[in-house]
Amino acid sequence: MSNGEINLRDLQHPDIPVPEEMQSNIAVTSLSSLYNWARSRSIWPMLFGLACCAIEMIATAASRFDLARFGMEVMRASPRQADLMIVSGTVTKKMVVPIVRLYNQMPEPKYVLAMGACASGGGPFKEGYNVVSGIDKYIPVDVYVPGCPPTPQALLYGLIALQKKIERQSLGVGASVPWYGGGPSEEVPIPILGPDIIDPRHAELLRKEAQKNRPTPTVSEALAESAQPESA
Amino acid sequence: MTDQVLPQVTDLPSTIAALKERFPNAVKDDTRNGYEGVIVDAASLPDFARVIRDEYGFNYLSSLTAVDYLGHGDHLEVVYHAFRVPSGGKPLVFKAQTDRQDAVIPSLVSIYPGADFQEREAYDLYGIHFAGHPNLKRILLWEGFEGHPMRKDYHEAYYEQETKPFDTRWPGGHVFRGEEYNPFGHNVRYPAGFTLDDYKPQSEADFQQSMALGVDIMGDPAFRTDRLVVNLGPHHPSTHGVFRMMVALTGETIESLEPVMGYLHRNHEKIGERNTWYGNMPFTDRLDYICSMCNNLAYAITVEQMMGGQVSVPYRAEVIRVLMAELTRITNHLWSIGFLLNDLGAFFTPALYAIQTREYILDFFEATAGSRMMCNYMRIGGVFKDLPQRIRSEAALINDRVRDMDTLEYLEQLINDRLPRSIDELDELLSESEIIKSRCIGVGLLPAEMAIAYSASGPLLRASGVPYDIRRANPYSIYPELEFDICTRPNGDIYDRYYLRLDEMRQSVRILKQILPRLKDTQGQPIFGGKTSYSIKVPAGEAYGFAENPKGELGFYLVSMGGGNPWRYHVRAPSFINLTPLGEMCKGHKVADVVAVLGSIDIVLGETDR
Repeated sequence: MSNGEINLRDLQHPDIPVPEEMQSNIAVTSLSSLYNWARSRSIWPMLFGLACCAIEMIATAASRFDLARFGMEVMRASPRQADLMIVSGTVTKKMVVPIVRLYNQMPEPKYVLAMGACASGGGPFKEGYNVVSGIDKYIPVDVYVPGCPPTPQALLYGLIALQKKIERQSLGVGASVPWYGGGPSEEVPIPILGPDIIDPRHAELLRKEAQKNRPTPTVSEALAESAQPESA
Repeated sequence: MTDQVLPQVTDLPSTIAALKERFPNAVKDDTRNGYEGVIVDAASLPDFARVIRDEYGFNYLSSLTAVDYLGHGDHLEVVYHAFRVPSGGKPLVFKAQTDRQDAVIPSLVSIYPGADFQEREAYDLYGIHFAGHPNLKRILLWEGFEGHPMRKDYHEAYYEQETKPFDTRWPGGHVFRGEEYNPFGHNVRYPAGFTLDDYKPQSEADFQQSMALGVDIMGDPAFRTDRLVVNLGPHHPSTHGVFRMMVALTGETIESLEPVMGYLHRNHEKIGERNTWYGNMPFTDRLDYICSMCNNLAYAITVEQMMGGQVSVPYRAEVIRVLMAELTRITNHLWSIGFLLNDLGAFFTPALYAIQTREYILDFFEATAGSRMMCNYMRIGGVFKDLPQRIRSEAALINDRVRDMDTLEYLEQLINDRLPRSIDELDELLSESEIIKSRCIGVGLLPAEMAIAYSASGPLLRASGVPYDIRRANPYSIYPELEFDICTRPNGDIYDRYYLRLDEMRQSVRILKQILPRLKDTQGQPIFGGKTSYSIKVPAGEAYGFAENPKGELGFYLVSMGGGNPWRYHVRAPSFINLTPLGEMCKGHKVADVVAVLGSIDIVLGETDR
């Protein structure tokens, strides 16, 4: 793969014997492996940058690190043509609404890579009043790449990890991934910008909390509350 | 006929004395310890502003921000910094105070149009109502957000203590996750009794209605073209990040444009007020993430200014600082030219050339500071590490081999050969291109008076023919002893901004050539003259420190109460304020030109939204 040649041995099923002299021409494999092998080498990421990490993502796509070696140089600005969403940077409450919408618009199979500390868990800005502490609070993430920002090498490592993940997926009905067989999977509900960001999946919990008739406690208030019963 | 009043250019103390005479009851000295400037009675503020602009030549309102003095007088204060452009010199600082409950201050937008976004920001984050502002809406947060988060009594969901280090983690070093203490497991906080059941959030239609774009859906019958609103962004490859513009069009011609920002508002200022003084240094990296070294420098000089005689920056540290700042200027301008061409439709090829050259500089940053982008290199009182002896640069590949070379030799090659060659190459390939000329010349005009009135700074201001460069107008570091020219271009269009950046890179190379011998002469000398404790206390007072960043004037307005954390940490972000004239610059052009105009302003969203 590294030099662009097709290596059939990658595809060969380990349990089915093929004579040694024919192995450069013939491979016996499963449809899933063949399909995934092709798919993992032509992932089209969405042309989508959020913050600092986007600059390293662009550097990765540029000539020195060259994403094209992995078949990923075709960055698509439209989510409808993209397979992979690289969430490259801090996700703010204001921005998570369009991000979820973009995610819903991507055709399946689709993957999400959380690039950097912010997208993975809030990063240095986690405590901010307008920051979402990790995109995985809203959409499922396949690969997390640590770093602030991750170097291009780290991003490449994350993308290779994603390729390996794709290669393990099966086309079979009832397989580990939602998109083969069962029809399109459910959309992620789009967050609402209210007095704070609202995840519609929390409607029930909100109703329960509202009965307590106090603002949502901050961490310091929650800490004080949890300390009280012990002393009482 | 009225006599024209000529600006009386006098020195700052006598100006202030004259102003106090002129407004005997309304203007007072700010006598608080460590403060400067005057406090102006809110009612007389517009008159005062008009007088200083028209009679004393303070024609450039650089920074406007608010401070919440909760527990220290319990009032809100709006702080203004006005400069004379292009003559330079120290700013005139004036302040207006108001109650925390019904906070009202007269708007200065009619006198200084550059106050527009900054007043909206103060309204958004502090809840100060600017009477007479034409479009006073939230700018960084959304309509409907609960509270004004920069007020001292606003506590975010993950609030633990006023200042760091938090007891939950230090000195025990425990793992602590805020999520576990929030009933929703998220960074959210709702008012008492809030449910979704009868809540109606602002719809996109309401939002567009509130944009005041002047769109009349019926259209103008004489032209038989429909007016329509086009939304660009926040997810759009040409907006250089998560920026959004609402454009009202007649046919393809822009009638009005309204920027919508805040999609990367990650609360630098609130977090900065919880951080220790040293702890803010890595956060400044993430403001304008292409120019982290320059941001470090601006923050360091501001705190050094507050520390007064307690820290002294050694000469070698100053030399290294200028080396880093000028290399950063080149990376920024390379990036900006590359992506301007992207916006013009030359997809990625010019950017590839620019990024390739940028990598050589990033390798040097990585070898020195340990990181390519987020250098966190400068300290209050110097820099944290000397240049390495040797550098293993992968960008200096020759025949697929990583070269291990002497750092000074690497810098010499870079400065004397590679960088000038790359700049010339870009110039040759791009400057005479027919397409670039026809897309750029005469588009996005910003006349000099308008640039000053809108508080534009950096290349945007100089490309309009205003020779104002803080490195000369208010020198810092060792810039006074270095030879360089302030580049200007006469026309103020996209082409001039593009070409000015090429010129500035050449001037940066010229500065770097003078830095090289100084680097050699100062080898082995100390690089740090500050305090080595893990945390410092800064004397009470205020300071406005500013530096000529590649994108314009980056200013830090800091207030200390004498403790280990800033009371107020405000960033005067050039990318944010340079957007104020965007609407005016785009009016009358085609929709495709918006992208080019925006590219020529050169914004970075980390700094715009902070």
